[in-house]
Amino acid sequence: MNRFAALLDALLFTPSRNGKLRLMREYFATVADPERGWALAALTGELVFDAAKPSQVHALAATRVDPELLGWSYDFVGDLAETVSLIWPEAVGAEIVVPSLAEIVDQLKRASRGEVGHLLAPWLDALDATGRWALLKLVTGSLRIGVSARLAKIALAEWGGVGVERIEEVWHGLAPPYLPLFDWLEGRQPAPQTADLPTFSPLMLAQPLEYAELEGLDPHDYLAEWKWDGIRVQLVARGGERRLYSRSGDDIGAAFPEVVEAMPAAVTLDGELLVLRDGAVASFNELQQRLNRQTPNPKLLRDHPAAVRLYDILREDAEDLRGLPFAERRARLESWYAKEPRPGLDLSQLVPFAGWDELRELRDGARERGIEGLMLKRADSAYVSGRPKGPWFKWKRGALTLDTVLMYAQRGHGKRSSFYSDYTFGAWRGDELVPVGKAYSGFTDEELLRLDRWVRNNTVQRWGPVREVSPEIVLEIAFDSVHRSSRHKSGVAMRFPRIHRIRWDKPVGEADTLEALERMLT
Amino acid sequence: MSDRRPVSLSAPRPATWIKTTPGGLYCEPGDFYIDPLHSVPRAVITHGHGDHARSGNGRVLATPGTIAIMRERYGEAAGGSMQPLGYGESVVIGGVTVRFAPAGHVLGSAQIVLAYHGSRVVISGDYKRRPDPTCAPFEPCNCDVFITEATFGLPVFRHPPDLQEIDKLLHSLVLFPERCHLVGVYVLGKCQRVLALLRQAGYQEPVFLHGALIKLTELYETLGVRLGPVLPLAAIAREALKGRIVLAPPAATADLWSRRLPEPLVAMASGWMRVRQRAKARGVELPLVISDHADWDELTATIDEVAAEEIWVTHGREEALVHHATQKGYRARALTLAGFEEDE
Repeated sequence: MNRFAALLDALLFTPSRNGKLRLMREYFATVADPERGWALAALTGELVFDAAKPSQVHALAATRVDPELLGWSYDFVGDLAETVSLIWPEAVGAEIVVPSLAEIVDQLKRASRGEVGHLLAPWLDALDATGRWALLKLVTGSLRIGVSARLAKIALAEWGGVGVERIEEVWHGLAPPYLPLFDWLEGRQPAPQTADLPTFSPLMLAQPLEYAELEGLDPHDYLAEWKWDGIRVQLVARGGERRLYSRSGDDIGAAFPEVVEAMPAAVTLDGELLVLRDGAVASFNELQQRLNRQTPNPKLLRDHPAAVRLYDILREDAEDLRGLPFAERRARLESWYAKEPRPGLDLSQLVPFAGWDELRELRDGARERGIEGLMLKRADSAYVSGRPKGPWFKWKRGALTLDTVLMYAQRGHGKRSSFYSDYTFGAWRGDELVPVGKAYSGFTDEELLRLDRWVRNNTVQRWGPVREVSPEIVLEIAFDSVHRSSRHKSGVAMRFPRIHRIRWDKPVGEADTLEALERMLT
Repeated sequence: MSDRRPVSLSAPRPATWIKTTPGGLYCEPGDFYIDPLHSVPRAVITHGHGDHARSGNGRVLATPGTIAIMRERYGEAAGGSMQPLGYGESVVIGGVTVRFAPAGHVLGSAQIVLAYHGSRVVISGDYKRRPDPTCAPFEPCNCDVFITEATFGLPVFRHPPDLQEIDKLLHSLVLFPERCHLVGVYVLGKCQRVLALLRQAGYQEPVFLHGALIKLTELYETLGVRLGPVLPLAAIAREALKGRIVLAPPAATADLWSRRLPEPLVAMASGWMRVRQRAKARGVELPLVISDHADWDELTATIDEVAAEEIWVTHGREEALVHHATQKGYRARALTLAGFEEDE
């Protein structure tokens, strides 16, 4: 457990992706089975206990520490798991044995909620402060160390010397502590067999395209279709089982039971998960409501019905179609779709066009909700995992823009840790500025230097790492769309905001109003 | 509690002759202030940190180490006249006997032991109890009133062994050999202690110093504290700093200055690093819990050890330590002294 706790601790403090990868690689290389497998399960979110309520942890601590002192400490520290891990009195005694992560997992799995307290106390006695923190994070159900399941898999792939797609392919056929996986990556066994399992096939992704790049491409080589504004998913039905995967290979079926239920047998499909009402795409915000819930209640299911708009077919019965040209797969998809009614599914239509100019007009004219832009796919392209250069392009619709006022700045992370590079900007509501979003990108290194210097020289107040600046700079923000949000003070939230231009020249009085932003609501 | 000194019935109650004033702690019969907040005619100084030793006082009484530090920092403004008093020595001022006992906080740091007509008060100043190769160890003194600091006066603060923290730094150097390890340290005390601990851990490479750290580090060497090879950062090429340890004042780690270092990995040596969210909020990647203040266990053990009738608690989280002392049967109260910074 100590090694695992030290890993979590280091991951929490390491802002850079490469640093996190290195920490995880070192861990996989130096920790034995099954411990590292359980750690991998914890890092990939496959090991969620949710066994102890915070109130149980608090009550347990109060049996060892003066409750007044516990209360003041909690006020000061602000996080219960951390407070208890720090305040728990060190046990004195010789025969204390630090439990392994494997033992902890094993016992927690078998314990009822009422028994958790009895299990925790001797473990807390045996562990040091970092170990206690990791344990309490684990049993209260959230690690929050800035590591996604995919990042953990990338680290594993790098350490094992295989592509991450290979890990993702076998992943869903395996269970913690993943002994066959480590056997394979260390060369003792062949890759785990997944032929009859509903495993994930890593997605083929597109490259962004600028209009100018079209000059070199022949329109006759490409098919076009709309790029829908939902989330990319893969539907896998195989061996009697059905799975709905996100683009990173997470099984999100529990959140979308109606989609899983309607899934036909023996097929692998690629499509866009959307909230659809009578064939009309609802805003991304509505889908977001569904994504926020691990298990939806009946009202949410009724008010925000989800469905999948299909782009591609990767497997039909036992036949792997990924090697076929896209045009042929498209024909197979259409004939498969036509065979029988397919509730919960519809087809993304191809967009016929003669030349690039026509296509651009179609793209710029598209105002239907839910369209993010166009996809261009070479008719002869095989389905290749990852983001190969050339066969597929995404051509996003022009962004919306708004002139806003810089209000707060915060230091970035990693290479940017000495720069004020995260900006909160606002729009006018009467005489008042209301924060409407945050942007971290879209500027050059020179612009960053200049903004950073400006922030340091124009700070009016500081709260920890955040500086409030004098409202003097207009930032022209580009964003894909804007929707209602109860979580934001302004009542609206932008999608993909980034700094389009820094308007050093423009007086703040001429920046846009919140009302102007509301008019752009989709 | 049985080993308490018998209190002389005729002795004046400490609160009648030692008082809190807006200018700081004041000893009335001796007519002097302890660590005054602004200039006074006569000051007794516990140690050289800027929030305790200020410039511009008339007559200053302090240990030779503290006087050397004040002269280094303030030059002529250190005080009108500087009177050195060694540990264990005493002088009488206006009927009050003043003696210095080591506080173990930084070089020259002292507890001030005051005796007046059989009544005895100890002002701890800042202190710690664990061994520190750069200064004399804390010496517990029996007294009627013990005035203790409480910077880390919550039971969440338990500093781990120093060398365990130094090992974290050395392990990180192995893991990230291409990154410059930038360690935030307070200019006086922490900087030199971290150097001494690195040497204890067997690290013999040169350590690079931010300009603000150089003079006091040289002063420590002059006063006989061996800190191993150190180099000023100013003249060093960026590439040569990969995999090296650079020490800098805490504020400089997030400053424009740090940009000239190769991929700096920011560490911070401070007792506050015990709380993860604090460390995260300061942009620290490698928190090192190394403190020059007593942690909770040291504070509570010291209260028991000095066998005082009364405990006065100042600067820090007073309420928790007062609560603890009261529970243990001491008369305890918080002493509100303005002006002390929360930082170490």
